[in-house]
Amino acid sequence: MRNIFLFIRRYFNFFIFLALQVVALWLLFTYNHFHRARFLGIANELTGRINTQYNKVEDYFNLKDENRRLHKFNDSLLNLLPGNFIQQDTSMRLVKDSVPYDTAGHFRRYFFRDATVVYNTVNAQKNYIQLDRGTNQGIKDNMAVISSDGSAVGVVVNVSANFCQVMSLLHVQSTVSASLKRGGDFGTVEWDGKDPRFLLLKRLPKTVEVKNGDTVLTSPYSYNIPPGYMIGTVADIKVDNTTGMYILKVKTAANFYNLQQVHIIENIERSEQVKLFEETRKKIEETKKNPK
Amino acid sequence: MSDFLRNIFRMAVFILVQVYILNKIPHLHRFITPYLYYLFILWLPFSISRVGLLLVSFITGLTLDYFMMTPGLHAAACVLTGYVRPFVINILTPKDSFEFNYREPSPKAMRWAPYAVYVLILSFLHHGYMVLLEWLDFGRFLEFVIKVVATTGISMLLIFTVELLFPRRLKFRTNTP
Repeated sequence: MRNIFLFIRRYFNFFIFLALQVVALWLLFTYNHFHRARFLGIANELTGRINTQYNKVEDYFNLKDENRRLHKFNDSLLNLLPGNFIQQDTSMRLVKDSVPYDTAGHFRRYFFRDATVVYNTVNAQKNYIQLDRGTNQGIKDNMAVISSDGSAVGVVVNVSANFCQVMSLLHVQSTVSASLKRGGDFGTVEWDGKDPRFLLLKRLPKTVEVKNGDTVLTSPYSYNIPPGYMIGTVADIKVDNTTGMYILKVKTAANFYNLQQVHIIENIERSEQVKLFEETRKKIEETKKNPK
Repeated sequence: MSDFLRNIFRMAVFILVQVYILNKIPHLHRFITPYLYYLFILWLPFSISRVGLLLVSFITGLTLDYFMMTPGLHAAACVLTGYVRPFVINILTPKDSFEFNYREPSPKAMRWAPYAVYVLILSFLHHGYMVLLEWLDFGRFLEFVIKVVATTGISMLLIFTVELLFPRRLKFRTNTP
């Protein structure tokens, strides 16, 4: 008996080793057998919590890709909006192959492309935004640009092979047709070059009722920008007594400080609209010059 | 910082590094998995009792297992490493030379060559046993050998990088406080 105790004491470490091995292997093989581990429920609580904390950090590294994916998806959805199509009169229709349309007789009017901002300023008097899309991707002058949350950003003014320059709303020469969401009265949005957070809405008659916080949208009378995209909200109301027009301070809806992903909108019928306008003007002027 | 606190801290760091960095890096090759966490066991103080060493090894392995959902696998390998560690130290170093001067195994305490052998033997044992358990239904013996060798190689590389990058400030043990 004494010898047994001596034996156990002598090889005590070895027995502990064996016991732990048996426990470990038992855990391993029962896990494989029943496809669920012992004590895993408790352990899962703890590791799950640590994993959650880690994930919070890890997610930051994927934000850029995730953002781009989301933006692409938004772009595909924007292209499906019914507002981009115009219903044609089906009894008399000039069939043109160049205008894409679906089988229900809807002609596409606006086409959306996604783009990423590669350069942007807000501090200059004339702020331009550079995007990573150009003629190779089908970008042309006078296409509208909206930010990823659907607020107006500017208009394309110059295009190279793979990049384009956008005249931001924060440009002293920018004039964009705008209308109030309430009532639909329209004016033009300009910028005075002072505060990048605020634009000016001019040429709105004093008779129109305006309140602080009213929404300003892009107007339906623009050739470039599709109607109904948000420009901003009225922040301050002043009346220019000499002209009898409002000068409204408009808080921009788009955050020009951190533009990243934008959409470029093409008005497919723009050239036709512009041509009609020019021809009309020419026609009237000619009749003025030589009246019959 | 006391030994106890220092080692608790070290264990947390090693496990987190293993789980969130080494297991997350893009897959190099199906034979290569970088392992570093067991360096914690190699760094435990000389003075730890053998039973204590076994228990600490078991707990270390099991903690990693629960993160990786392989209960028992790393624990078994760690316990083996912990069991063999005192023998390797005894063989590699002459009696009562450094053990009384330094607190824990390091290149400084054991000199580089014996330390390298110490790390190599224990790495090899750890990976060999772990891969054996993982591959109990393995197809070819050659793949098993390649995997053990490749994993040991990458672990040795990692361990020596760590030793060079983070030299531990080991106090020379003296009688004067």
